[in-house]
Amino acid sequence: MAGYAKKKINGDSHRQSRRGTEESAVVKWVLITIALVFSLVFLLLPLVNVFAQALSQGWRAYFGALSEPDSWAAIRLTLIVAAICVPLNVVFGVCAAWAIAKFNFRGKSLLITLIDLPFSVSPVVAGLMFVVLFGMNGFWGPWLYDHPLHLFGREIEIKIIFAVPGIVLATTFVTFPFVARELIPIMQATGTEQEQAALTLGASGWKTFWHVTLPSVKWGLIYGIVLCNARAMGEFGAVSVVSGHIIGRTETMPLRVEGLYQGGSVATTAAAFAVASLLALLAMITLGLKTFLEWKQAREFAKAQMAPPTRTPESAGLSGATGSF
Amino acid sequence: MGVTAFFLTVMVLIPFAALVIRACGLSWHDFWKLATNARALAAYKLTFGASGFAAIANVIFGTLLAWVLVRYEFPGRRFIDAMVDFPFALPTAVAGLTLANLFAVNGWLGKFLVPLGIKGAFTPLGVVIALTFVGMPFVVRTLQPVLEHLEREVEEAAATLGAGRLRTFVSVIAPTLLPSMLTGFALAFARAIGEYGSVVFISSNKPFGGEIAPFLIMMRLEQYDYTGAIALAVVLLVFSFILLAIINLLEQWASRFQS
Repeated sequence: MAGYAKKKINGDSHRQSRRGTEESAVVKWVLITIALVFSLVFLLLPLVNVFAQALSQGWRAYFGALSEPDSWAAIRLTLIVAAICVPLNVVFGVCAAWAIAKFNFRGKSLLITLIDLPFSVSPVVAGLMFVVLFGMNGFWGPWLYDHPLHLFGREIEIKIIFAVPGIVLATTFVTFPFVARELIPIMQATGTEQEQAALTLGASGWKTFWHVTLPSVKWGLIYGIVLCNARAMGEFGAVSVVSGHIIGRTETMPLRVEGLYQGGSVATTAAAFAVASLLALLAMITLGLKTFLEWKQAREFAKAQMAPPTRTPESAGLSGATGSF
Repeated sequence: MGVTAFFLTVMVLIPFAALVIRACGLSWHDFWKLATNARALAAYKLTFGASGFAAIANVIFGTLLAWVLVRYEFPGRRFIDAMVDFPFALPTAVAGLTLANLFAVNGWLGKFLVPLGIKGAFTPLGVVIALTFVGMPFVVRTLQPVLEHLEREVEEAAATLGAGRLRTFVSVIAPTLLPSMLTGFALAFARAIGEYGSVVFISSNKPFGGEIAPFLIMMRLEQYDYTGAIALAVVLLVFSFILLAIINLLEQWASRFQS
């Protein structure tokens, strides 16, 4: 009896353990089906719906809605805002990540908390902060109103709230953490040995930064820029508070979508979806780039692992390539 | 270093301080009256209630999705893995617009659901749907790395000791996942509380029952009732900070579990 049991275990041990850690095929396929149906209905259908509704009145109406002056102005404003915010946040993100990863100082964890702060604040509250600062009832609003800028003999009132500067400020605030957050872990992981080597070999601080630090975080930086840009172009809540919704002047694309949607007619709804389809396209490009960059990063990592003298191709799998926003 | 400090001060600290100083200008009595009037209370109820339901839905479907993505091979797995981040990449206004349209009476899903009595558009249910969509990636992305690093040996041991697959899941796998599930819940909940863009499209936005707290802040601002808006904002901020602290504690707990 004992001998039989022993033989059985020896002979079947592999199969037994496999069976022990796997569900039956029925359970497995039921779970997969639920997951597939759920993702198709909940994730893919909304995307398909955007394009279907945008084209519901035909291609002519679609391009008509996009080339309409007010929508065109919204597209332009969105691009301008992103063109200002993203570089600002790249400069900040690189500096902040560099300071946090390469130096030791007191209050580091406080600094990290502060950088993450915009993520935990409701966008509407973020917008409100800038209204409190620069609005007519705010701290600096009345002062700005009383002190117009004198340029070329003309008086120019500096308007921040209900104007483009407010939109830029609010957008910069909500996209503040993206680049820094992507860079901090990468810079921490690479350590400071390479920089120290460069410095010992006589490179200046700037040279070290350009030729050693920056290339080592290249993909992470691009990743952060992609995410930052997506959020900057798509931000709604914070921008909605500070913009004042002046059609053709302070409406970004997401606000234009809302404005058209509130129009209520079949034509304006289709137009709202037309503008929304551009933003959805942006989201798809963002996702595509994100997947590509994760793949690239995983490959670089694998290459670094495969580097001689210890050549172990088996260990260089494409695993752990899941990043989070 | 100097650049970092300068940027942080200008972009984060000063706006933040401005709000706090304005809030401190209110007397405690006025603040309490503004923050807890009937309309505000109704807004909190919808905000926190809908966020809670959405976060629970996220935990259920998020865990399922993470499990399927990590453990099984099937056609379209990589595609769905990439799609999980879609709610993050899609601007919230677009999410709200398309969901409201999908669940409306003549929308692709509403066509079938409304006759069954499930009204998704312009109802509190719609708010839950929008918040679930927006918070979807949190649970999946929190659980995926944990599931990937789960040691199969422990499950094998359980199986060897005679536990069935369900028993193994309930008493071996689930307890290991619990801290991460709670972290994902808290992340989704925190995001849902502050969410504005997607909800304004799908909610009725009517006072008492259709207004979320961020929307009420917008209403107060449009009526130039700055103090009212600030009082509500402070309440939301306090809750975000409490949640942030809880999330930090949960993450510490979860990381201890893994080592």
